[in-house]
Amino acid sequence: MELQTLTYIVVGLSFALYMGIAVWARASTTSEFYVAGKGIHPVANGMATAADWMSAASFISMAGLIAFKGYDASVYLMGWTGGYVLLAMLLAPYLRKYGKFTVPEFIGDRFYSRTARIVAVVCLIVASLTYVIGQMKGIGVAFSRFLEVPFEAGLFAGMAIVFFYAVLGGMKGVTYTQIAQYVVLIFAYTVPAVFISLQLTGNPIPQLGLGSTMADGSGVYLLDKLDLVLGDLGFAAYTEQKGGTLNMILLTLSLMIGTAGLPHVIMRFFTVPKVRDARSSAGWALVFIAILYTTAPAVGAMARLNLMNTIQTGPVAAADANLAYADKPQWFTNWEKTGLLKYEDKNGDGKIQYYNDKNKSFADTADKAGWKGNEMVKVDRDIMVLANPEIAKLPNWVIALVAAGGIAAALSTAAGLLLAIASSISHDLMKGTFKPEISEKQELMYSRVAMAGAVLVAGYFGLNPPGFAAQVVALAFGLAASSLFPALMMGIFVKRINNKGAVAGMLAGLGSTLIYIFIYKGFLFIPGTAMAADNPSGWLMGISPGAFGAVGALINFVVAYAVSSQTEEPPEHIQHMVEDIRIPSGSGSASDH
Amino acid sequence: MTSDKAKDYWNRNLRLVLGCLAVWFAVSFLFGILLVDALNTIQIGGYKLGFWFAQQGSIYTFVALVFFYASKMNKLDREFDVHED
Repeated sequence: MELQTLTYIVVGLSFALYMGIAVWARASTTSEFYVAGKGIHPVANGMATAADWMSAASFISMAGLIAFKGYDASVYLMGWTGGYVLLAMLLAPYLRKYGKFTVPEFIGDRFYSRTARIVAVVCLIVASLTYVIGQMKGIGVAFSRFLEVPFEAGLFAGMAIVFFYAVLGGMKGVTYTQIAQYVVLIFAYTVPAVFISLQLTGNPIPQLGLGSTMADGSGVYLLDKLDLVLGDLGFAAYTEQKGGTLNMILLTLSLMIGTAGLPHVIMRFFTVPKVRDARSSAGWALVFIAILYTTAPAVGAMARLNLMNTIQTGPVAAADANLAYADKPQWFTNWEKTGLLKYEDKNGDGKIQYYNDKNKSFADTADKAGWKGNEMVKVDRDIMVLANPEIAKLPNWVIALVAAGGIAAALSTAAGLLLAIASSISHDLMKGTFKPEISEKQELMYSRVAMAGAVLVAGYFGLNPPGFAAQVVALAFGLAASSLFPALMMGIFVKRINNKGAVAGMLAGLGSTLIYIFIYKGFLFIPGTAMAADNPSGWLMGISPGAFGAVGALINFVVAYAVSSQTEEPPEHIQHMVEDIRIPSGSGSASDH
Repeated sequence: MTSDKAKDYWNRNLRLVLGCLAVWFAVSFLFGILLVDALNTIQIGGYKLGFWFAQQGSIYTFVALVFFYASKMNKLDREFDVHED
């Protein structure tokens, strides 16, 4: 069957499944809309959390970054999994014990301050919106390939679907749908990886294949082979470190504490029946996430090797060792249509040369071969995972499956984020602060309007994203890391922190991180307003904008502690409240009061 | 629950968390980043050890850590009679 038709069928079927579940489990009350009742088993909750968590950044973008950055992309792997250790030990059980709907609600109560609650809403919206922008980039890539249209048109189609999908469901619908989405996305991610691992190494388990020898009988290890192939074309070795160590450490730390501070993930732990379940639920979520995260390094390395070998078919600089443009495979043509892959015949020989033209020591070799610069002028990293099965010449149904999986990943996360934004606006700002008299029905209406607004804003920025999907998402984590995580953690672990300290800390953390990001990425990411070059030599001490979240978090901790110690102690009943959330017994279900 | 007992429970919890976080730090920041060059001189199959920790080993350890913490805490809850139901 024709690939295009097959893709429509597979994506269509998966959609019918999600929509069916969303309608079947439609939320009718506000409490169902926010937390899905209390009947969700830890394993089911873990699976839904995993789908919620693994977004377009994990599914579509991450392996592509790994493919092009090699070892340096380990920060994403460690950062986005290590955060669950912090979440399980420092936040989830205590927030579950406290038993409220939203993150700002906890912050407002613990710091006995409406201001703190409003500041928390602002932090939540800034971090979540940035995150949705990253999703929109990924959704645009997936839909542009799937519909074979330019990136912008794909983005608009995606926006419309995300909106209908999130507005219909609410948390209950979203939870059950997300379990279905997890199954689709993990299947779609691992099946091609198994095929490709078998092709290249003869080992069906990608995690082992990556450490095996090539199946071509040469006895060379796959990773060594990749280092060699890249080195021959002037690229840096795959397994070697290229960036600064300080930046790697801070970026990893930012992603970890950002993970633990992201409201749409924390919200999931309000939905489990018991404190005990909150602990194990984080573990189950991590198991389901780890299946994809340990497969991703294999996908990245193998995709890169296949890409290089497709274009450079023989020894470097030998005649006829480069793919002729006229013989390009179908996937090449398809991705050219999206504008995310571009070729330019610089030396006019009709063949494709893909090498590192910025490497001075390689310039001689290139000159002698008559190469006039790298001709793959644009290879968007975000296309690698979707293109991977086509590059490896896998059967059409596998390619169709990957498209469905990528869309599932992007949809599930976008829906979860929109829900977090909507609930903070309708529940914390409207019902909780400005208009306490509104009915449940009006509250639901406000949250739907908020969702529509968030989709439009995110779509607008998604047209001109400040980086690849995974990099935009990294910025969102930095923002969550610097603002919400420290406030939550100190709220539980340090009784002495009072209202003034918490507010000052959150503002200082979020403010410093936002300023640092805007200096390098432009004010509100508007191109041309950046005040300094966004590269390692321009960065303060080599710290990238995405990695600054860890510094922002430190600023938050220090400011909150300093201000609190200079002002009065929190009142007695707050101190009792903190003592109470540290002990599991006596937890009720999540409630409004 | 008396406040002494509550304090004791909390301190035992903190000690367990600190122990787990030490392992968390070691497998990621230490083995995966700071000591990566030294560990990369050791090869396991096709993997250099530091590279393996950064892209595989740290993740497996995280999973084990969370379940270890959950089971230890469940025991602690029972010991201090603060468990649910």
